[in-house]
Amino acid sequence: METVLKIFRGDGTAGAFRDYTVPLQPGMVVLDAVHWVQAHQASDLACRWNCKAGRCGSCSAEVNGKPRLMCMTRMDHFPPGEAITLAPMKAFPVLKDLVCDVSWNYGVNRRIPAFRPRPPEPDGTWRMQQDDIDRVQEFRKCIECFLCQDVCHVLRDHDRKDQFAGPRFLVRLAGLEMHPLDAASRTAHLKEEAGIGFCNITKCCTEVCPESIHITDNAIIPLKERVVDDFYDPLRRLWRRLRGTS
Amino acid sequence: MDRFETRTYDVLVIGAGGAGLRAAIEAAEQGVSVAVVCKSLLGKAHTVMAEGGVAAALATTDGRDSWKVHFRDTMRGGKLLNDWRMAQLLAQEAPARVRELEAWGALFDRTSDGRILQRNFGGHQYPRLAHVGDRTGLEMIRTLQDRTVQAPRIDVLMESTVARLLTDGGRISGALAYRRESGRFLLLRTKAVVLATGGIGRAYRINSNSWEYTGDGHALAYDAGADLIGMEFVQFHPTGMVWPLSVRGILVTEGVRGEGGVLKNSRGERFMFRYVPEMFRGDFADTEEEADRWVADVIAGRKAEARRPPELLTRDVVARAIAQEVREGRGSPHGGAFLDIASRRKPEEIRKKLPSMYQQFLELADVDITREPMEVFPTTHYMMGGVKVDPETQSATVPGLFAAGEVAGGLHGANRLGGNSLSDLLVFGRRAGLGAATYARAQTGEPQVDAARVEAVTVELLAPFERKGGESPYAVQEALQDMMGTYVGIARTADDLQGALAELERLRGRANRVGVDGNRQYNPGWHTALDLRNLLTVSEAVARAALARRESRGAHTRVEYPDSDPQFGRVNVVVRREGDAMAVREEPIVPLAGDLKAILEGKD
Repeated sequence: METVLKIFRGDGTAGAFRDYTVPLQPGMVVLDAVHWVQAHQASDLACRWNCKAGRCGSCSAEVNGKPRLMCMTRMDHFPPGEAITLAPMKAFPVLKDLVCDVSWNYGVNRRIPAFRPRPPEPDGTWRMQQDDIDRVQEFRKCIECFLCQDVCHVLRDHDRKDQFAGPRFLVRLAGLEMHPLDAASRTAHLKEEAGIGFCNITKCCTEVCPESIHITDNAIIPLKERVVDDFYDPLRRLWRRLRGTS
Repeated sequence: MDRFETRTYDVLVIGAGGAGLRAAIEAAEQGVSVAVVCKSLLGKAHTVMAEGGVAAALATTDGRDSWKVHFRDTMRGGKLLNDWRMAQLLAQEAPARVRELEAWGALFDRTSDGRILQRNFGGHQYPRLAHVGDRTGLEMIRTLQDRTVQAPRIDVLMESTVARLLTDGGRISGALAYRRESGRFLLLRTKAVVLATGGIGRAYRINSNSWEYTGDGHALAYDAGADLIGMEFVQFHPTGMVWPLSVRGILVTEGVRGEGGVLKNSRGERFMFRYVPEMFRGDFADTEEEADRWVADVIAGRKAEARRPPELLTRDVVARAIAQEVREGRGSPHGGAFLDIASRRKPEEIRKKLPSMYQQFLELADVDITREPMEVFPTTHYMMGGVKVDPETQSATVPGLFAAGEVAGGLHGANRLGGNSLSDLLVFGRRAGLGAATYARAQTGEPQVDAARVEAVTVELLAPFERKGGESPYAVQEALQDMMGTYVGIARTADDLQGALAELERLRGRANRVGVDGNRQYNPGWHTALDLRNLLTVSEAVARAALARRESRGAHTRVEYPDSDPQFGRVNVVVRREGDAMAVREEPIVPLAGDLKAILEGKD
């Protein structure tokens, strides 16, 4: 049994899909097929990967047009005999073949106000309840595959990278805002820098998340509520004015 | 040298896993300029795959634990070949390092009174691993990553590979790297280098490591003239996936056994009861009834009074046992052992405590671990051997060179306990960063690099492009991996090891003739061709050290010498470059300090 992969070959300026015929093995994933092509047909085919177990979020690509981790996408997921198309993520500039320039994400992350813990208890440690840990673990289990960024239409279709942090970093902000020890407020950052207002909760990000994080329902909507409470609640507005904070 | 992107730092950290990031954070806090250079994107290093937890005697889950018990467990797990001072520092400092991580934002699972919950693991007498489900490594790397990017004095050079270290009068003065994206060279002048490159798993076909683990730090140190110790000790993790073929070698966390999972052969026997070594005879349950009682106590959150199940013996013992069961015809359908948690714990508990394992088996192997047993077989996982370092500062035998984490040798002796690598990263990452910063500050003048040497290296690095039509670098890498698995695997003989050395010569010839297609821009074929040099160096070091140690100890098994030999218990095997040849010698181990001896014997 074999199958045909149509893989994008090229860089940011030019490129085309090329066909590679790959032998199939039981349990094979798309990343295995890409490795086979590298070893036998095109040693310079560029792709990122590390853990090969859905844990590091390196091998993101668009498989038949859907954002996926190649290491967690089984070849037998697709109808036998039909070619499989592999393209780089569309929301980011292509460097080469399946590899994109995702450095913008790292810049966004750097600007997020840092974790600031409340003072510890007298013995120097913190007591926390497991429920509180579980709640934020959903956000902290993000593997930074950037598939949610890729599928988000604010970034993908409208390219508002200058104004919108994207679902990945709203998840990270949720992880900080709901951290049981954190004492900082990031609502101003959410409103001004992260541009949370751009999200109109279409839930595309949630659908592609390989970690099944409820990005929209559990991260973005509660954050939007916090922003509303802090900036649009008339009593709070008055309170801020009286305190002289912006 | 205008063709190069040139940068100057006080401290250059190579590798951005836990050890590298912790070293960079510490060095920057000392006020020196720091760069971290890493082969992948930030946050993708193998620390992310650490599942079980970080070992630290916090004594929050069982008040009987202390640094002394942790020290003793580590030494016994390493079959007493550990650098005892490092084992002591690890046990003493790990709790503070874990709490510090919490102050930086890491979250660990909690006890009912809100303190850090600790999990049982192989070789640890008490529950000792702070953890978050089975995603502890991810939690650690994100915490360190965020701390790193917010530090003003740290530059992160992602997707760049260091090809050679540069020296000036015998001291470290820089490194030559290339940007994977563009293929352009990067000349880094630096006063000190911290190696934090991890292991050598890619020298074997069945392994739990990513493409990055090609022994870079080991080989860079060796080339620079540093001593490597304990290179014969390669850890085969007992439980890697076996089926389907495409997932062979992917890790199944020891946490499965820590949560009560049992190993069975094709006859349904819990075979581990037959493999308890003399040294541990009194510490493990004799009967299934006693082992089950221990699990029941642990699940109920009571202090376990029964002795622990033999599935929680150290990794070397469990790996050998599984291999023997399969060899003697009692294996599972795909040639492994059965690892069963389904019949031991409720489905919802399994999904809660082992979420990644649940997902991994369901999606990749069509196995629901809440209903069926897993099939497992040993997989190359971790390198105990590495750069010989000073236990206090982590400095290597070459001035200006430091090493921390997996690439450093000594701490784990002949076998590492699960959970000790994450504490190793934190404790010795910090010490290496401090050591390197202190060293760099004491250096006067700017680091000088030899332009002619740099030119010569670039010619070497570009050579594969001159050999269009040469053999594929992937073919040579696969041949090397198969050879190492066959001749330098779990059980070794002198004939096999001699065969391996002869084979390595042939492979070196092939490696010198590989050709690559395309250009220098993001070219994995070229990168694989360059990594071959490091893989060949470390493979030779493993084979030569294994030949020199004529005994069985920990992870190293010599078929002709099945027992441990007290003579070899007093020496390290040391490998060093002498000209173009690899020299091997035995070096006596510093005798244990008196008070530590008492702890080891259980008298304190």
